Amino acid sequence: MAGYTLRRVLLIVPVVWGAMTLLFLAFMVRGNPIETLIGERASSATVRAQITQKYGLDQPVLVRYGRYLKNVSHGDLGRSYKQGRSVNDILKQTAPNSLRLAVWAILIEILIGLTAGIISAVRQYSFLDTFVTVSTTMLVAVPVFVLGYLFQYALGVYAFQHNFPAWLRFPTSGIGPNKWYFGFIPSAGEWKYLLLPAVTLASVSTAVVARMTRTTMLEVLRADYMRTAVAKGLTPRRVILKHGLKNAMIPVVTLIGLDLASLIGSAVLTESVFNWPGMGGTVARAAQSLDAPVVLGLTLVLVVAYVVINLLVDLSYAFFDPRIRYGGDAT
Amino acid sequence: MTAPRIPAAGGQSAEVPADVLIRDPQAADSLAPELSQRTEIWRRFRKNKLAVAGLAIIVIEVFAAVLAPVITFIDYKSIAFEGKLAPSAAHWFGTDALGRDVYTRVVYGSRISLQVGLASVTLALVMGLAAGAVAGFYGGKLDGFLMRITDVFLAFPYILAAIVLITVIGRSLWTVIIVLGALGWMPFARLFRGSILQIKELEYIEAARAAGCGDWRIITRHILPNAIQPIIVYATIFVGTAVLSEAALSFLGVGVTEPTPAWGLMIAQGRAYLFTAPGLLFFPGAAIFITVMAFVFMGDGLRDALDPRLR
Repeated sequence: MAGYTLRRVLLIVPVVWGAMTLLFLAFMVRGNPIETLIGERASSATVRAQITQKYGLDQPVLVRYGRYLKNVSHGDLGRSYKQGRSVNDILKQTAPNSLRLAVWAILIEILIGLTAGIISAVRQYSFLDTFVTVSTTMLVAVPVFVLGYLFQYALGVYAFQHNFPAWLRFPTSGIGPNKWYFGFIPSAGEWKYLLLPAVTLASVSTAVVARMTRTTMLEVLRADYMRTAVAKGLTPRRVILKHGLKNAMIPVVTLIGLDLASLIGSAVLTESVFNWPGMGGTVARAAQSLDAPVVLGLTLVLVVAYVVINLLVDLSYAFFDPRIRYGGDAT
Repeated sequence: MTAPRIPAAGGQSAEVPADVLIRDPQAADSLAPELSQRTEIWRRFRKNKLAVAGLAIIVIEVFAAVLAPVITFIDYKSIAFEGKLAPSAAHWFGTDALGRDVYTRVVYGSRISLQVGLASVTLALVMGLAAGAVAGFYGGKLDGFLMRITDVFLAFPYILAAIVLITVIGRSLWTVIIVLGALGWMPFARLFRGSILQIKELEYIEAARAAGCGDWRIITRHILPNAIQPIIVYATIFVGTAVLSEAALSFLGVGVTEPTPAWGLMIAQGRAYLFTAPGLLFFPGAAIFITVMAFVFMGDGLRDALDPRLR
């Protein structure tokens, strides 16, 4: 296990270095940052020279690459071309927002996904089961952003136009007062801004979790030890939750872990739709305006997060399922 | 060993490759069982109503894409000044902010989506099968190296990687296709590698080898037909995912460019009119949804039809 863990941790190094190099090369190929910096205004040669010097664009590529690697390894992600501040600042400002949204999305995913999956398995072929199966299949095919706009339209536009009760009307954009208790519990004015983006972000994963829970639960329900538990005279609730769910959880937990990583992708879309001031939306906007340092910096942070999460998930297999041993040291 | 010669039409003799004479289930001389196998698959596929619906939708959409100029009545770039955003008899789905007919643009949008879906799956298939074949068939260091590369590729969050690559290469239809293909080949490689590892030790491969087949022939004629089923299923679902990704990229402003009528782009442009004309956004949205559903259903149906044991 130790050997396997070490190998996996070491694999992070080439992946992250590869990502950095690719990202750097990417924006080197892409031509002229001076144009990006100045925009469409007319500019004198002096101004151009100054900017060139300020951002070190007159240096050879290898020197810039070396300096970039050095800076990043010291935790300095550079300066935005467009926003006139450091990428670290942008990161500090946006990362907490992204994390809060992700945490709530995962909570929703677990709560709704598990419940739907369990009900669907226990009452197989009932109306509820059919409903869960059909709706989860459909949810996977709806683009995240279309779903976001559907919510916005139903609860943000239609609800206002047709005088729905106040609790059914939601703001469509932004993060609101941005006040949180203990870092992630939304304040009274905040939760309405949080709910729609969080549900949207959670949607695809919730569907996947529900289907996975249903499948594994159905398998577990047929197991002999379940019959034994019933025969012992345990209540159905206890049989299902204690004996069934615990064993059905193994693949689901790993799935939720992996989804953590894929949330990063959906977050780009969700944050764009709801103008949520997080990392994903910022990357998308920066990519459109060719603000290379921002895209480079934030993407790098996200890639590292993604790789680390994947590693933790892989290692957690062995923790949740004692039958799994890595590295061949088991007999 | 000289291959047996049989006279072909026109009096010339054609060389028949020796391995055709080996009786393995996929060999060309057992034509009849293969036909019945196809019938059997089709019979199972037909039983799945959703899968048939998916296939029907895809067929209709392909026709719509090909016949777009016939079934629409207005040029997708033309602008109607007297138009209102709302749907009307002249503009079934209304017009967009520039006065362009949304129905026409949704129909033409299917061309973009299907092109991206089919072309990127082809690219991913070719890359994935090549990498998988080399890794699985030759093994050793090359295998380790190729599998590490797939690991590195899989370590990138998909959408982010696509955004970065497209920003770099520049926005165009072909960029989107290449990027989606280049980021999507890994599962094909893993699937094919897995199958090759299973199949290549079997006796009929040894027999083919003894009959003098080269590596290329063994991989393409003897292994691929027996490993193709999960690949077909995954490829079908991949097309749906590619349609979804293309829409997402266009929506984020890193996909195809104006005035191309791509569904994702139409949604991005319609977002400003959510209050006044939600149809601008929801008609193309529904088109994406229906297309992706169709491919997912068909993929599920194919899986059940190709391998009944999986049910």
